[in-house]
Amino acid sequence: MQRDAVVVSMEGITKSFGGTTANDDISFCLEAGEIHGLLGENGAGKTTLMNILYGLHRPDSGCILVNQVERNITSPHEAIALGIGMVHQHFMQVPTLTVLDNVILGLRNAREPLLDREGARQRLGELSATYQLDVDPEAYIWQLSVGDRQRVEILKALYRDVSILILDEPTSVLTPQEAEELFAMIRVCVNRGMSVIFITHKLEEAMSITDRVTVLRDGRVVATRVTSETTKAELARLMVGREVLFRLSNDAARSPAGPVALEVERLRAISDRGVLAVRDVSFQVHGGEIVGIAGVDGNGQTELVQALTGLRPVESGRVVVDGVDLTNAAPQRILRQGVGHIPEDFDDALVGAFTLVENLALDLHYTPPFSRWGVLNREVMRQSAQQVIARYDVRTPHERVKARTLSGGNKQKVVIARETSRAIKLLIAAHPTRGLDIGAEEYIRGLLLELRNAGIAILLVSTKLDEILSLCDRILVIEKGRLMGEMARSEADIEKIGLLMAGTGA
Amino acid sequence: MQAYGALVYSAFGSVNGFAETMVKACPLLLAGLGVTVAFRARFWNIGAEGQIYAGGIMAAVVGIYITGLPAVVHLPLTVLAGAVGGALWGLVPGYLKARLKVNEVITTLMLNYVIILLAGYLIHGPMRDRASGITISPQLLQTAWLPTVIPRTRFHAGILLALALAVVVYWLLERTVLGFQIRTVGENERAARVAGVRVGRTIILTMIVSGALAGLAGAAEVAGLQHRLVDEFSPGYGFLAVAVALLGNLHPIGVVFASVLFAALLNGADAMQRAASVPVPVIFVIEGLVIVLVSARFFRQRSG
Ligand SMILES: Nc1ncnc2c1ncn2[C@@H]1O[C@H](COP(=O)(O)OP(=O)(O)O)[C@@H](O)[C@H]1O
Ligand SMILES: [Mg+2]
Repeated sequence: MQRDAVVVSMEGITKSFGGTTANDDISFCLEAGEIHGLLGENGAGKTTLMNILYGLHRPDSGCILVNQVERNITSPHEAIALGIGMVHQHFMQVPTLTVLDNVILGLRNAREPLLDREGARQRLGELSATYQLDVDPEAYIWQLSVGDRQRVEILKALYRDVSILILDEPTSVLTPQEAEELFAMIRVCVNRGMSVIFITHKLEEAMSITDRVTVLRDGRVVATRVTSETTKAELARLMVGREVLFRLSNDAARSPAGPVALEVERLRAISDRGVLAVRDVSFQVHGGEIVGIAGVDGNGQTELVQALTGLRPVESGRVVVDGVDLTNAAPQRILRQGVGHIPEDFDDALVGAFTLVENLALDLHYTPPFSRWGVLNREVMRQSAQQVIARYDVRTPHERVKARTLSGGNKQKVVIARETSRAIKLLIAAHPTRGLDIGAEEYIRGLLLELRNAGIAILLVSTKLDEILSLCDRILVIEKGRLMGEMARSEADIEKIGLLMAGTGA
Repeated sequence: MQAYGALVYSAFGSVNGFAETMVKACPLLLAGLGVTVAFRARFWNIGAEGQIYAGGIMAAVVGIYITGLPAVVHLPLTVLAGAVGGALWGLVPGYLKARLKVNEVITTLMLNYVIILLAGYLIHGPMRDRASGITISPQLLQTAWLPTVIPRTRFHAGILLALALAVVVYWLLERTVLGFQIRTVGENERAARVAGVRVGRTIILTMIVSGALAGLAGAAEVAGLQHRLVDEFSPGYGFLAVAVALLGNLHPIGVVFASVLFAALLNGADAMQRAASVPVPVIFVIEGLVIVLVSARFFRQRSG
């Protein structure tokens, strides 16, 4: 297959969802026979761009050329007709049907109105052999592992004779071995003349499988590079952004670090998929310091935080808070030991159908003065809520509105208000500014510094390097469940952290 | 029109009609309150029928075999036994779900059959009244009877108890720590966990309360109406209670109205047939439609 022939060209694509601009004047082109990486952090706009190409979204402006012809793609059906197939992060399959039935679902065949299952089976067998995609056509989807289900999804596309295959973060659900098999399959595809768009936020993958990489950040194209001519470090810098905004700095009022508030020793935890997600992690957090855990999403941060807060079993190792062993303690016990927890998704901390009064009392409602003898004291709850709302500047008409009606920033403020307005010694904050606007982000960062200056120990988990660099006193980097390095903020820079995040130690 | 007139008249037009409606509303209300409590925690308890039977059996045992007590002790004890029976029968699926993650729809449904068959066994065997030609238990001692409130009708004190409990359940859900936890677990279990609510414990307590309420329905049937354990003393009140709870929008006061409405439909069926020769099945079709429409609305709301 001849290289350099452009098979897809997207020009000036812009797409907004309400207030957020997911794609901002993006131009992108795919050459025949290449594996083109689309690299960027979560929320950079990768999926949105490819959904536009696949006909799931209409762009607000911009145009798409497929094989040099301008096309208006309004549905996946049309995309497939143009030879474009896409495998999403979340599969679109019918679990109660077999693999074969899922593959031929919605397709026409020569024997209509009957199904040509024999012909289909044969064809599927050939495809499986050619692309080394082993799946039993008669197995039911619900019986399959995630890796197998992904193969089915790929087979669906191949069965429809696509020449352009889009894979959206395909390895995020795979074990390392399955990922290797996937890479082998992708190489077969390009050898047979297909072109592949490979979405990822993992630098290592971008380096190992792609021919070219386009880096997206905040909905814009930052650069396109030939993979063999770039380095992991350069990609890290492009992905995260050179111009780190030190809007807030924690240099002011650096209180000397206090006693150890959190001690974690050789901690192990297993993910929902049953793999070891936290591997022998050890670290300490002192009162009056912010320790940051930097890392690309999905490297064990979620499991680590859940293990620390009692939401996930600890397989081995110890968690000690303020001298008390809380390994595998119940969340309530940990909370009462003086630990605040801001979970990574604020909807996991708030009850949308409850009022702010109820949400703000969620953690302590069973203790006086909120209740006595098992009966709630609504008046005390209400007054307390009013005070907290004023103190934390939650923008709401009054305290009786339902939590779900608040904006993201205000929801997060309610969570933080609840988790920090009781007496705490340690605050575990997972992505506290994710998805927030600049104003709310600024406010919450300021609040974290204030708490630190008041002597509270803070563990900050974040994928935003500028946030880590501007807030933390010490920085740990997590990659594949392991802590890759520790540095004081004075020794840290983006490049160094970026390399550690990518799994190549400095 | 004539048919509907007959329905309304038969249900509310006379003292006796009203009393009969309330007699039917009583088990629907109590079991409906039980279902309401469970559903508010998103525990899909469809075992109210079984919990009614468990309560009825326990009440019968205490009412028949414990002798020599004055009514002021015997009656409360009998009613309490009903609540305990239902609570135990609700505790089982609650415990299985909370500790072993066993799906409650399956367990609550299966436990219905277990206890209904057990009741049948009891009145054919150990508890059978030898003096009677049919298979029923002996009568409860008069000291264990729920007194009649409206003379010359079957309107018994269990109905007043049920109405009072509707208020109590409202208070429980809205004003107590347990109720707050039930609602929290039901609305957002993850948030409940993050905030330190002990979810498993809450589920178990929920099912104790839920089962106790349904058990009281059984006790009221046995101690207020039949005065014996009879075969199939609940003709599916526990299943109708699900529809009653949903129609009442899982609000205790709404459940009061829903239970009276369903009771009127049940009683009205006969009257309508007499007045306008509407076949009884038509009433059941109406009932079924109400159930389907209400459930559809409810589940759409919840999943949307
Ligand atoms: N359907 C949608 N509605 C509203 N906002 C969306 C939608 N899809 C994506 N977004 C927003 O657009 C931005 C880019 O999202 P996405 O394309 O999924 O990023 P990526 O795939 O790079 O992680 C995010 O801020 C996301 O919240
Ligand atoms: Mg994405």
